[in-house]
This record gives sequence, structure tokens and C-alpha cells, in this order.
Amino acid sequence: MMTSALKGPRFMVSDHPLPWLLPLIIILVVFALYPFFYNIYLSFHEFAPRKRALVPVGFDNWQQLFADPRMWSAFYVTLFYTGVCLTIQLVLGMAIALLIDSDDRGFGFLRAVMTLTLVIPPAITGMMFLLMQDSQFGLISWTLQSLGLLSPATPILATPSLAIWGVILADVWQWTPFMVLIFIAGLRSLPRDPFESAMIDGASAWQIFYRITLPMMSKVIAIAVLIRGIDLFRMFDYVYVMTSGGPGTATYTLSLYAWEQTFSFLKWGYGATLSLLALFVILIAANIFVAVFKVRW
Amino acid sequence: MVLTPAQRLLRAIAAWAVVLLFAFPIYYWITVSLKLGRDIFAIPPKIFNFEASAKSYEEVFGISLGFEQGIAVLPGGGDFYMAPRLMDSIIIAVCSTALAVVIATLAAYALSRMRFRGQHHFVFWILSTRMMPPVAVAIPMFFIYKDFGLLDTYSGVVLVHALMNMPLAVLLLKSFFDDIPKEIDEAALIDGASRFLVFRKLVLPMAMGGIAATAVLCFIFSWTEFLFALTLTQTGLKTVPVVSSTFVTSTGTAWGNMAALGTAAMLPAFVFILLVQKNLVRGLTLGSVKQ
Repeated sequence: MMTSALKGPRFMVSDHPLPWLLPLIIILVVFALYPFFYNIYLSFHEFAPRKRALVPVGFDNWQQLFADPRMWSAFYVTLFYTGVCLTIQLVLGMAIALLIDSDDRGFGFLRAVMTLTLVIPPAITGMMFLLMQDSQFGLISWTLQSLGLLSPATPILATPSLAIWGVILADVWQWTPFMVLIFIAGLRSLPRDPFESAMIDGASAWQIFYRITLPMMSKVIAIAVLIRGIDLFRMFDYVYVMTSGGPGTATYTLSLYAWEQTFSFLKWGYGATLSLLALFVILIAANIFVAVFKVRW
Repeated sequence: MVLTPAQRLLRAIAAWAVVLLFAFPIYYWITVSLKLGRDIFAIPPKIFNFEASAKSYEEVFGISLGFEQGIAVLPGGGDFYMAPRLMDSIIIAVCSTALAVVIATLAAYALSRMRFRGQHHFVFWILSTRMMPPVAVAIPMFFIYKDFGLLDTYSGVVLVHALMNMPLAVLLLKSFFDDIPKEIDEAALIDGASRFLVFRKLVLPMAMGGIAATAVLCFIFSWTEFLFALTLTQTGLKTVPVVSSTFVTSTGTAWGNMAALGTAAMLPAFVFILLVQKNLVRGLTLGSVKQ
């Protein structure tokens, strides 16, 4: 009692974490929690152009949400995009990681080059691939046409069945190195003993990979899938600059559809509802993933 | 695995081929920034045999680099004069990085050194802000900013970018603080030093490397961010990724200028990423995978 009176309030001198955490809590409350509740408020309102104001509409937006075929189409595109990109980037990332994880001369340089794509603004990556996939003078289109794999009459980004693959190509190019780098770090942290005993026992390379490397890498793989999966599901930049969701609705993702409803069609409330749907889906899926795969931070 | 010399050579060839394939689009984009219009639209596309010119860069930055005679450069006058947009990007990235790192350093120290009830949930709350789709923040933020007059201001974008980088900065810095033995703090605390003194004089200097790496990553993520910068700015300021998406005009896309601006935006980020190679994976996984 005496000492605490001498030293001033316990709060100031002790190990109380509050003063250290307070600035963070303030910024999270003001910039994460408040917008979240404001978004919920918006989802129960709609902009009335004639009144030039928000009017309450009850559950209309939420009812419209589940009856809206374009929402389901955007949802499907988002899931398809996430699933395809994740699979390609996982497999390709693991293959390239195994390939360039070597201490031979020059491999350090190769690993450094692989990091470069990660820092290009995705909007600019979108532009790069927009140019390269141009049906008339784009390098990728021209190469595919010369190889006879693509007819000049089917421009990649303007053909409904191909457009999403054009966007996927940009994503795979930019983010496969993300997987590669994480997997290399994982491979390097593995203990050597199991590999040595497996080789003494005469296990094949494939057996070693499948029975030892993969299981021991599971934690690293789970984290890579979680982070990449979240980013893929909320992807906006590539479709915004490359296709604007077209042709038709072939490349509308949930994020783009929500953004466009709010800012292009002034459906403030419905756009907010769509963005909340994306938010809830990610939070639920990520939480299930974290629980099932026991990801710890 | 022990490889024969032939297998090693084969592996080296395959590795170089794969990496060059990934590097190629960057090279190609840089060549576009150096090409004149007719070479950009050439069929078949020109990869090596083009006439190099600095024209696109001169138009974008409003300076004459002196390679060509007779090209009038209009500082501040041309359609593609983008030097102020580069400044906007730098101001926003630097300020949001500083804000995020200062706040996150304090919080990360507490999360690393102190135990409190609900700590696990608090960390998960921070992590869950990393999961929020940017569009679900940008839509309400646009209307909130409109009411508070923060739309189209540096502070508006800086604050949102700082929020966006907060989970990364807090969790990454926590992992760096966790690497510094707790015994150092405890010894000094027993000797009568205050928490803040221990933090400032002992732990902070030891964590400088980690703080620098965190700052570089925050800078890069703010530098490359698109959706918030697009939504929360109008005419007053624009970051480089946003403005480069506006080079599509009614008379066609100004590919050369766009590539010049894009290249100018990429090169500083390349330098930065090479500086943090050692901590890159740790940063990308928010501190959970160490190299």
C-alpha cells in the first residue's frame, strides 16, 4: 500500500499493457470497428436519388442479395478464381521451391529475382498483362496465335470463357513467387535426420517428398494457403483494370460488384450489403480454416 | 539429396529458365517504356530490336533528359505529366509507414512482454482486420470521410493505409521482440528501471533491424495499394497505381507513358525488397514463418 502510494498510480508504473496498446486500440476502433458498424447501418438503408438522401429500407437489401443472380454469379466467379489460383500457385510454388532451393552458385541470385514480382503494384501488373494479352499486338496473344493455340478471332480478355483465365495468368505470375519464398523458408527449416535415414532405407525421391517433406511442411503450407486464400477472395485490382468485370459478367468478383454497385450505380446500401457478405464469408471461412488446421500466431 | 554433375547442370538450366520466364514480363514492360509508338504496336512484338528513346519518361516527368533534340517538354503542361502524382505516393507511403510503425512498436512490445486476460482474443482481433476485404472498409469509409471532410486529403489515405498495415506491423514486430530474451528486461526491471526506460534504452536498439524491415514492408504495401487510394481520392491527389489506370484515353491507351510511370514506380520498390530479403518471408507471413 505504502509503496504503491509513493510510486503513483499502479496503472502508470506497473506492467499494465493498456498505455502501450491504447493507440492501436483507438485506430482499430475508429478505422475498423466504426466502419464495420456503419456498413451494417448502410445495409439497412438505400440512397434515394429523388430525396438525395439515405432512407431506411429494412431488410430489403438482404432479401435482394440472395435473390440476385448477379450476386450468385459474382460469388461463383470469386470462388472459382480463388480455387484455381490457389491450386496452381500451390503446386507451381512447391515445384519451383524444390527446384531453386539449392546452395549451388547463382541460386541466391535466382531467389532474389523471384521476389521482384511481389512489389509491383497489382494495378500495374494488370496493365502489363492487358498489354501483353491485347488481341492485335500483345506478346502473349501473338505467341499463342503463332503456335496455333489461339485464333485471332478470340481476344483473350473479351471472350467470356477465356477472360477469367487471362486474369488468373496475371495473378499466378505475380503471386506464385509468394508461395515459392515461403516454401523455401519452410524447406530450409526442416531437420536433416529423417531425410538421411529415409535415403539409407532406400526410399525414392517421390516417397521422401510425399511421406516426409509434405507432412513436415504442413504448418507452413497452411499459413501460405490462409494468407493467399484471403487475398484471392477479396481480389479487386486485376479485374478493375483488366476487364472491369466483363465481358458481360464473366469476371465480376464480389469485391468489384460491391464497389460498382456503390460508386457507379449509387446503390450505396446494396453495395454495402454485398461488401458485408464478402466480409462474413472470409471471416467464417478463415476461422474454420484456422481451427481445423490449428494455425497459431 | 546427392546429385550427379549432369543432374546439377540440368537443375541449374531448369532453374534459370523458370526464373527468367518470371522476370521476362518486367523486362518487357521496361522495353515498352523505352519504345516509340510504332515499336509498341509492331507485329511481331519487338523484344530486343527496338529503337530506344526516353520520350515517355520526359513526358511523364516533365524534364528534358537531353537524348533527343527538338522535343518540346512541357513541365506541368502535358497530359501525362505525373511528377506530382509520384510525390503524392511518396508522401502517403512515408507518413502511413511512420504512423503504423510507431503505434505497432508500442503495441507489439506490450504483446510480447506482458500477459493480460483475453490476450489471445486481442491478437486474433488484430489478425482478423487483415482478413477484412478492403471494399468492406472503403465503402463505409467513403461516406464517413465525406462527412468529416477527409475525402481527397493526404490524412485520409494515410490513416487508412496505416490501418491496413497495422496487423502486419504489430504481428511482425511482436515476432521480432519475441526473439529478444525476456531476461534482459527482467534484469533491468529488478534494478529499478521503468518499463519505458527498458523499452527505449535496451529493447528498442536491439529491435532496430526488425523495425526497419517492418517499415520497408509497410512502405511497399502502401506504395502498391489500389482500392483505398482509388476510392478515397478524387481530383486533389492520386497515387501512382490509381493514376496509371487512367492512361486509357478516347484516342487509345498511352502505353509508353504508362510503362514509364509503372517502371518508375517499380524500381524503388525493387531496391527496397532487396534490402529486406532476410526478413521477407517473415513479413509476408505476418511473423509466423521464420527464415
